[in-house]
Amino acid sequence: MAALTAPARAAEDSAKRVGGSRWTGYWLLAPGALWLGLFFVVPFYSLVSASLFDPNGSVLTGYKVNYHVGNFATAVKDYHPELLRSLWYAGLATLICLVIGYVLAYAIAFKAGRWRNLLLVLVIAPFFTSFLLRTLSWKLILADHGFVVSTLQHLHVLGHDGRLLNTWLAVVAGIVYNFLPFMVLPLYASLEKIDGRLVEAAGDLYASPFTAFFKVTWPLSLPGVVAGTLLTFIPAAGDYINAQLLGSPGERMVGNVIQSLFTSSQDYATAGALSLILMIIIIGMVLVYIRKVGTEDLV
Amino acid sequence: MSPLARAGRWVRGHLVLGLGVLVLAYMFVPIAVVVLMSFNDPGKSKNVYAFRGFTLHNWEHPCGPAGMCHAVGLSVSIGLLATLVATIIGSMAAFGLVRHEFSGRGLANTIIFLPMASPEIVMGSSLLALFVSTGFGGRLGFWTIFVAHVMFCLSFVIVTVRARLAGLDDNLEQAAMDLYADERQTFWRVTFPLALPGILGAALLSFSLSFDDFIITNLNAGQTTTFPMFVWGAAQRGVPMQVNVIGTVMFVIAIAIVLGGELNNRRRARALVG
Amino acid sequence: MSQASEGSRSLHLSQVTKEFASFTAVDSLDLDVAHGSFFALLGPSGCGKTTTLRMVAGLETPTSGSIRIGDTDITYAKPYQRPVNTVFQSYALFPHLDVHENIAFGLRRRRSAEVDRQVKDMLDLVELDGQARKKPHQLSGGQQQRVALARALVNGPDVLLLDEPLGALDLKLRRAMQIELKRIQTEVGLTFVHVTHDQEEAMTMADTVAVMNAGVIEQMGAPAELYENPRTTFVANFLGQSNLIAGKVLGRDGDFVKVDMHGIAVSVPAQRAHTDGTEGWVGIRPEKVLIAEVGEDIDAPGNHLEGGIVTDVSFVGVSTQYLVRMPWGQELQVFEQNTGRRKIFAHGEKVDLSWRPEYAFLLDSSQDVNAGIEDD
Repeated sequence: MAALTAPARAAEDSAKRVGGSRWTGYWLLAPGALWLGLFFVVPFYSLVSASLFDPNGSVLTGYKVNYHVGNFATAVKDYHPELLRSLWYAGLATLICLVIGYVLAYAIAFKAGRWRNLLLVLVIAPFFTSFLLRTLSWKLILADHGFVVSTLQHLHVLGHDGRLLNTWLAVVAGIVYNFLPFMVLPLYASLEKIDGRLVEAAGDLYASPFTAFFKVTWPLSLPGVVAGTLLTFIPAAGDYINAQLLGSPGERMVGNVIQSLFTSSQDYATAGALSLILMIIIIGMVLVYIRKVGTEDLV
Repeated sequence: MSPLARAGRWVRGHLVLGLGVLVLAYMFVPIAVVVLMSFNDPGKSKNVYAFRGFTLHNWEHPCGPAGMCHAVGLSVSIGLLATLVATIIGSMAAFGLVRHEFSGRGLANTIIFLPMASPEIVMGSSLLALFVSTGFGGRLGFWTIFVAHVMFCLSFVIVTVRARLAGLDDNLEQAAMDLYADERQTFWRVTFPLALPGILGAALLSFSLSFDDFIITNLNAGQTTTFPMFVWGAAQRGVPMQVNVIGTVMFVIAIAIVLGGELNNRRRARALVG
Repeated sequence: MSQASEGSRSLHLSQVTKEFASFTAVDSLDLDVAHGSFFALLGPSGCGKTTTLRMVAGLETPTSGSIRIGDTDITYAKPYQRPVNTVFQSYALFPHLDVHENIAFGLRRRRSAEVDRQVKDMLDLVELDGQARKKPHQLSGGQQQRVALARALVNGPDVLLLDEPLGALDLKLRRAMQIELKRIQTEVGLTFVHVTHDQEEAMTMADTVAVMNAGVIEQMGAPAELYENPRTTFVANFLGQSNLIAGKVLGRDGDFVKVDMHGIAVSVPAQRAHTDGTEGWVGIRPEKVLIAEVGEDIDAPGNHLEGGIVTDVSFVGVSTQYLVRMPWGQELQVFEQNTGRRKIFAHGEKVDLSWRPEYAFLLDSSQDVNAGIEDD
């Protein structure tokens, strides 16, 4: 997604307005801006006020906002293991996604030739099946007496009683699987823009294939790496499906907590506080990235 | 060069491509399982999710499980409606962004990017907080789900259409005007047809995202049940195999649409050569 | 096409100015293009020629001034309201339409009759019959260029604008297309306004050339006139090459102006003296300079320079190009056609130079002697 912007930037810079005026632009943007504003930006305000609710309220009795910052303290005290675990799982999964996804994106961008479009379609294809079903499939594949686990036990990679399901391995594997396309597509967009002759030029200047990669290809693909990392890490940190289906209570992530606080215990106050904390950590990271890279390369 | 050395060379040359294909194959393994399980005989115990035997029963009685087909119908209708609205609004916004000058571009880019990157749990919970605090807490259902879906599809539509528009030659519209087409004709005869592939792609993406969404939907659905919510609920109680039938059908339809479009392009291109 | 008299379809630009936020692209331009002529607007990149073209097409609006075709003022008319069509530098062919529909586009918008016949005639004219159903991306560069031309021509505009249309073609193809364009223009009798930075192209194809620099027209006229009698250093350097030598004006002597050029007395015809000042640049084209051995009898008496030393010799096949250092330090360019009558001078040889006065010209000393020299 990152490197899709260069032509966008050029087109926008030289926006020769064909019969349109400044106001036409605003009118066109208005419905979208309104919708996002109303249902994305404004809800955050609601979230903030929810996090400041008096924890003694409920849907029935109504909520009072009493600026009870104690909610945040409670949230961190009670759930910091889940918070840290989520960041750790998401970070690990993102790293793995980066490695695997880079290989795939590189293969499609440089080695695929006329199969390129087909392969891209195949990357997106799994999207079209419900991801719940796919995650359930992993439950089957990684089952205790299934093919995979038995083979690994045989090879002594896993212990005699070893299991994959209900361990953090399965959860991370699930996250990797579900978010791989979010890493591959921006990476591909970035790599596809790199002129192959630059690598040839590096070779002409005495660089080995490895050096050429690290000195030429990798730096030029960084916008895609940034976009892909953000698009993977952030949603992954808040995910709870994989933890629920593939893990045990010992692998609970902050997403599970927030979900159950909202639905089971109706504890909107703590849930809101936790959500906000998660969001602040994430926005902090995004801002750091944005400062380094600028916003044009994001979309 | 010995055959072994030659083979080694071939492997090294094709290593990256081979690894890439491997990764791709890995992505399809669960799909294969879904298809396989659609033919699974669940036997008496529903709680253990395992393959027992081959049967066509699930395909013959796809609406067997109570409430499932209703959930599917709901997901489809929400999906179609949300896709329609998101595609129209998002395409308009993309046109506005690419073809017109205005300030605040950085802000616009950030707001478009954030929904794609935010954790669904946070988006869903903040929307829920909004609905509750504005008094809709008791009226969660079809329309709240619809609102949420349009919201997170918008960003994807804008990005997709924008990329398509940016790749178009700036001069084409000027050429059309030079050739006696006024603004309206220029748009409908030149700009829109060329942007259409991007718009259609965005629509397809939008529908997939909407149909498949769980986390946000779950928080804002109230008593309504969409298909993913049905699966989730079933996962606790025991998954009926018909669920895999639906999954397989959705997959096949989507692949057919995309591949069909691709093949159509190739066929038309080939027919004109020579 | 209207049956009005030819004079009523000439293109007139009066005091046309285009200012952008940070600079002025076109400055009070006055231009008249006679109907049916092939007019070239020549200049380096950034001189404003493309902006001028776009204002005529209606794709830019002048800050001030007026543009008329005949008696009709089109200054603020929309592009689709003008009897003007453009051949774009990038061709701008509609990728989603085939060749036939591309060409028919303008006809259909104006609800012309007999669209198919007109398209077919045009395809024959540009020699593309048989390609009607192909899409632009299936054609070669040269073919695309011809489709772009046909698409504009078929509408029979009062003025056809060409924005560096041959820029993307390789040399051989470009030469062929130059001849083609000239032929087509003569055949259809329309007014062509051709914008280019290639001076050879402009001089080959056009009846009238206007040399543009930094938003103004430096000189306008027939190619030969511009070349042989440039009025500014820019034109002298931009068209072909010139030797420009500093000199003090001594005074008028009948039909000639006498100039003291580093101690040597030379004369320039009064009609070719374009300055009133006390100093000036004496200009002479390299191919007009005669080179001879020291003391040898010169063909024609005229301005005679002694004391030159050959510092560079380039054999170019058709001619030999010398650089000759004069006693005052300047290196003059001399092009001698290899007729075989004379030997080729060697590096370091002492030579005499001369030229006939009627080929020299005198330019204002306040102008930049390096103006118009293309730097790489």
